[in-house]
Amino acid sequence: MATIVGGIGTSHVPAIGAAIAREQQQTPQWKPFFDAYAPAQAWLEAARPDVAVVFYNDHGLNFFLDAMPTFAVGAAAEYRNADEGWGLPVTRPFTGDPELSWRLIEDLVEEEFDITSCQKMLVDHAFTIPMKLLWPNGASVRVVPIAINTVQHPLPSPARCFKLGQAVGRAIERWDGEARVVVIGTGGLSHQLDGSRAGFINKPFDRLCLKEIVEEPRCLTHYSVRELVALAGGQGVELLMWLAMRGAVGEHVARVHTHYQVPISNTAAGLLVIEPDVHGECPAFALGQGEGSSLDQL
Amino acid sequence: MTTLDDLDTPIFDGRAAQLGYPLNAMCFSFNDAGNRARFLHDAEAYFDEFGLSEDQRQAVRERDVLRMIALGGNAYYLLKLANLLGMDVQDIGAQQTGLTRADFQAKLQAQGA
Repeated sequence: MATIVGGIGTSHVPAIGAAIAREQQQTPQWKPFFDAYAPAQAWLEAARPDVAVVFYNDHGLNFFLDAMPTFAVGAAAEYRNADEGWGLPVTRPFTGDPELSWRLIEDLVEEEFDITSCQKMLVDHAFTIPMKLLWPNGASVRVVPIAINTVQHPLPSPARCFKLGQAVGRAIERWDGEARVVVIGTGGLSHQLDGSRAGFINKPFDRLCLKEIVEEPRCLTHYSVRELVALAGGQGVELLMWLAMRGAVGEHVARVHTHYQVPISNTAAGLLVIEPDVHGECPAFALGQGEGSSLDQL
Repeated sequence: MTTLDDLDTPIFDGRAAQLGYPLNAMCFSFNDAGNRARFLHDAEAYFDEFGLSEDQRQAVRERDVLRMIALGGNAYYLLKLANLLGMDVQDIGAQQTGLTRADFQAKLQAQGA
């Protein structure tokens, strides 16, 4: 059985990519932000994941309005980045894990998630920037990107994205082999680019999210998409990716690292590292008597 | 285009997606450097190619972001056009909120305090 070593939530603001391209990581403006990733990098080094499953939202690189999947699972041997039209340098390709991709696709459809499978899939800054932040010297993991639509409403609900994550978690844990898997959700936190409320940031709500996504994620899955847009901003709805990540990591998790900073460009930037908490699980499972993972008990 | 009640927050729904299709298709095409050059060389011909409505053309000519959104422009896709017009997310934010760029940035900073 594969093992989920933990989960990471991180913002993916394009300005971060621009700062990396200009090597501004240690300038006074950027240092606090980039330094906050050192504990996440150290945790990854110790956790030794072989594969990263990454929930992200495409901003018009791979998908357009001609065909807009709600959930799209990458099934490629390699994922390329490409020109997004605003000058970020194109990154090197990422190595896929088709075996895990098809395991996810098969199990998700079996569980009634009608996903789109993609044997070709360009990954945009929402994928590449988190990878660069977490593995600054180049990603040492194979990847499976999963795109969630946040472009065109109706978007999938917070509850649905959490359940998608739970199903992904179950599929990973049923996957044969010894692979160690980290699950990543990118986007957010609160921000809004459009309308006369542009520049909206909601620090109290972000603080609530960073607390409850660890302790009581179902508090956050009760919101409708519209409520989430109202609270987190038009693009703060990207919290959906964090909820999918959280669903995948399992019922009981422990906080490893949190960072929160306002603003990065127009956005409240968040970073969260969590890992499964064996002490928090129910006694039957802790004693090894449970069937499969604790996720089965949900 | 629908907005969220009283918050002036655009919701890019099916109505916006239909109305804004030509404008957003043009923005999507800017992923290609050759297309960006063609737009900068002759924007009017480029509008023809994508079939923008006269209102959409006028909004782009006037760099009026709120108007582009009202005509179905999607926030993410419009960033590709904005970049081509020499505007970043803070310029866009300033324009939509009626603030100077410096005041818009100060507003962002104040929310972190």
